[in-house]
Amino acid sequence: MPTTPSPELHPGVPPADRRATSVAARATDLSKIYGQGETQVVALDRVSVEFRQAEFTAIMGPSGSGKSTLMHCVAGLDTFSSGSVRIGDTELGSLKDKQLTKLRRDKIGFIFQAFNLLPTLTALENITLPMDIAGRKPDKQWLDSVIEMVGLRDRLGHRPSQLSGGQQQRVAVARALASRPEIIFGDEPTGNLDSRSGAEVLGFLRNSVRELGQTVVMVTHDPVAAAYADRVVFLADGRIVDEMYRPTAETVLDFMRSFPGGTPQTPEFDAKGRTS
Amino acid sequence: MLRTALRNVLAHKTRLLMTVLAVMLGVAFVSGTLVFTNTVSDAYQNSSAKGFKGVDVAVTAKGQEDRGNTIGKTPDLTQALVDRAAKVRGAASVTGVVSGFTAIADKDGKLIGGGWQSQGGNYWGTKDARYPLVSGHAPRGGNEVLIDSRTAERAGYKVGDTVRISVDGPVLAPTVAGVFTTDDGNVAAGGSLALFDTATAQKLFGKKGAYDEIDVTAKSGTGQAALKSQLDQALPEKLVETTTGHKLADDQARAISSSMSGLRQGLLVFAGIALFVGTFIIANTFTMLVAQRTRELALLRAVGASRRQVTRSVLVEAFVVGAVAGVTGLAAGIGIGAGLRSLLGAFGATVPDGPLVVSAGTVVAALAVGTVITMLAAWLPGRRAAKIPPVAAMSALHAAPTTKSLVLRNTIGALFSAAGVTVVLAATTMSGDDGQAPMGIGAVLLIIGVFVLTPLLSRPLIAAAAPLLRGFGVSGKLARQNSLRNPRRTAATASALMIGLTLITGMTVMAGSLQTAIAKMASASIRADYIVSMANGNALSPDVAKEIAATDGVTASSPLRNAISRIDGRTEFLTGVNGSAIGKLTDLKVDSGTFRVHGSDVVVDDDEAKSQGWKAGSTLTVHYEDGASQRLTVAGVYEGNQVIRGIMLDNATLTPHVAHPDDMQVMVKTADGASSATKDRLAKALGSNPAIKVQDKQDLSDSIAKAFTLILNMVYGLLAMAVVVAVLGVINTLAMSVFERSQEIGMLRAIGLDRKAVKRMVRLESLVISVFGGVLGIGLGVFFGWAAGQLIGSRMPTYELVLPWARMAVFLLLAGTVGVLAALWPARRAARLNVLAAIKAE
Repeated sequence: MPTTPSPELHPGVPPADRRATSVAARATDLSKIYGQGETQVVALDRVSVEFRQAEFTAIMGPSGSGKSTLMHCVAGLDTFSSGSVRIGDTELGSLKDKQLTKLRRDKIGFIFQAFNLLPTLTALENITLPMDIAGRKPDKQWLDSVIEMVGLRDRLGHRPSQLSGGQQQRVAVARALASRPEIIFGDEPTGNLDSRSGAEVLGFLRNSVRELGQTVVMVTHDPVAAAYADRVVFLADGRIVDEMYRPTAETVLDFMRSFPGGTPQTPEFDAKGRTS
Repeated sequence: MLRTALRNVLAHKTRLLMTVLAVMLGVAFVSGTLVFTNTVSDAYQNSSAKGFKGVDVAVTAKGQEDRGNTIGKTPDLTQALVDRAAKVRGAASVTGVVSGFTAIADKDGKLIGGGWQSQGGNYWGTKDARYPLVSGHAPRGGNEVLIDSRTAERAGYKVGDTVRISVDGPVLAPTVAGVFTTDDGNVAAGGSLALFDTATAQKLFGKKGAYDEIDVTAKSGTGQAALKSQLDQALPEKLVETTTGHKLADDQARAISSSMSGLRQGLLVFAGIALFVGTFIIANTFTMLVAQRTRELALLRAVGASRRQVTRSVLVEAFVVGAVAGVTGLAAGIGIGAGLRSLLGAFGATVPDGPLVVSAGTVVAALAVGTVITMLAAWLPGRRAAKIPPVAAMSALHAAPTTKSLVLRNTIGALFSAAGVTVVLAATTMSGDDGQAPMGIGAVLLIIGVFVLTPLLSRPLIAAAAPLLRGFGVSGKLARQNSLRNPRRTAATASALMIGLTLITGMTVMAGSLQTAIAKMASASIRADYIVSMANGNALSPDVAKEIAATDGVTASSPLRNAISRIDGRTEFLTGVNGSAIGKLTDLKVDSGTFRVHGSDVVVDDDEAKSQGWKAGSTLTVHYEDGASQRLTVAGVYEGNQVIRGIMLDNATLTPHVAHPDDMQVMVKTADGASSATKDRLAKALGSNPAIKVQDKQDLSDSIAKAFTLILNMVYGLLAMAVVVAVLGVINTLAMSVFERSQEIGMLRAIGLDRKAVKRMVRLESLVISVFGGVLGIGLGVFFGWAAGQLIGSRMPTYELVLPWARMAVFLLLAGTVGVLAALWPARRAARLNVLAAIKAE
């Protein structure tokens, strides 16, 4: 085990080999319509958005705004009615289930709110699961540095039931990072965590963007979580209404207060806002 | 609470489907058995009652006991007795009855009806009321015969045709004088009946001038009892017995129902096995349902439901499931009962016509079995449900079964298993009958023990399969871990399959070993090329032995002629052989003296010699059945076996004292040895008689094998139900597991496991569970087969364990196939899970 961190992990040094301006994922005129006729519901209404490489994006919006749907469509988890989604050079609209699965496996990392881990596998096995599925050997050095980063070195042999909720989400972060995906999607990754564990997980995500050049897109309703991002995209009624760079919890909260019909969703928001 | 329970049943109806099916199959088996046996029993009783319609009192000869040095003879029912019976005041008519075995060949020369129900008799006078003629006329003389209309129709015979028939060997070719109808139960059950005129029948059946029975009908106004007492007075009490027609019918009905109850019990045992296997599924299902509903049940407790109410609500659910299964199972059972009867007909075993009998008892039994079994099996899960603390309603995690409780379970299992193995092993050292009961008890203990231990056994056994599963990549790894995840569930599922395979393997091992042993015994110490015998095991006429001896190419032949005698006040069986040929036909080891069977020299087997204290050179006085006595000398003592044993003497010595020689078989040695040409020549010499079998050693072991194969196949068929129920169990467990793990599967799909791999994962888990059950079952089956063999071997010297490796491989393959098939539907469901719905669900 190498004890010295890899050079990439030195804080504040952006990786030179990453083209910081190129686009990791892009949605163009993306629409998603449920049902037909009278019962028709437009979840996404011609949304166009880009997620640049080595950028940490938060997607926010009130409940029913379509933020989760947007993420699911861009991540290849859900189908869409019209428009186009690209991950790197790949157009998702034309892919069959099998190709989509392969794309998710090889190019995308996921962190869900809950049920991230298989209870039968150890922490390490959970981390390497996407590689196991692909039948690839993990890059040992990279894996070590990821494990080092999330601080799970002494927990690798534990099963999820022996880990705390925060540790479980750290395993999930490590899993998402371990296969070096082009983009990581998080669906309320801190939704089930207490504020301290949440802050840790968000810190790891931000570090992975700053230090490793990872691209992260995260859906959240928590302004504090959004403050870790480089950029916040606001959705309402299936449309992008605004975006904000270098957000803080206060600016996000202020924006949301001014939102048409929008107050923050979570009752515990205030508590979180103050403690972190 | 009742409403909650009912709503739960409705809400989980797809999840309960497999359970209902499993119970339903068991109930269908039970009710099908009851419907079938009741129907057949009733039909037989009706048809036999019809057969006794023309008999008010039957007169039969009274058998006399052997006394001192005389063989008790059965007196003849002579014509004089018939005439005396006819003169009785209340007698309207008298019929002298003679009957015996009569085989009829069809137009291709094949025996009609298996040989077991081929009957012959006499046509009384010119118009016999028992047998109304459809066409033709009463038989006259030795060259005319009547056949029953069913047989005539089946074989296509009509009046004027020549039929080939045989009574005890020689082939006769009389003309069909007429065709009659009859209510005879035997004919109704698919047998054949040939009638001769009385004198011919008496001659053919070896009862010159005598009858087997005198049937008397009463004048109107005279009751059966009155007629019986009149006959008792008129006829010599010492010689005859009289029985009323009612009693005959009752006795017959009782005999039929007792033979049917044997069949019924046999079938119910297998139904019971299927139901027992079903209980595992019920218990599994309710355990899973309770686990899935932990929070809901905790909520009920939190809002004030008592423990008892929670248990009761689970039991009410079980009752509803059991009742639905009972009703549908009953319906299916009635269908099975009807189907079985027509199936028997298709196989040629005709059952007398009669209505389908669905008795109240059947209905009650079906419903009771369905509900009671289901509720019993759900009782433990119900109690476990009651133990859920109200606080579980608030906590997010529902309690996983702890490993602590497995410690107790493993201890109990180990104790049971050890006790079972000890008792079985102890039983194998006992001899014959003494060992049976301990063997059975030990087997039950061991099965229970292994069942209780299965969760423990699952770990090492499934771990052993890991290298194989590794070949399937991540699907294999996940499948292995999933199958170990809930050891109890895996164990209960695998045990269900284990039980069926234990029985199937045990039976196969025993049957295979027995078959080899019997075949060995039958051909051991026999040098003859052929054994000639009657198809139904009856005795052959001595003419057959004569015909054979005169056939070209036969170098030596000897009948094995049975006769009865008294020696020193005991009844002893004698075997008459051709003394000059027997040495060439057998290969018996001689312990002492010489193997000489001639004149007054006889040989005896070692057991007999030992028990009577005979040695080579001893003399004994034999009293033949005709009353004559003779001094015989033991020339030698030979080692006997199951086929050849006892006192063997020369036919030239024996036959003059025997009125009707019975040859059980004729051993034949030919110049060319066993060949199909020689066999044909022998068969031809015997008139190509369909009732006579000419078998070489290979035929002998083939026919033994055939009998065993038939029995084994029947057992397989009956145990198949238990296996089907076990398959339902595997489907059930997998479907439930897939349902429980839908979020996990959704996550796996999201991070890149494709549908194929998900399917493979479920399929492999199913395979692991099934093969695990299969390995346990086959292992236990071999052990039980071996242990039972030790018991059998103590009485059968040629017995040795034969392990049917090919069959065992087939069974393992069957277990695997079961696994793959059972996974079809659950795997499809798992692969089709909507990723989003699965990961969003909380």
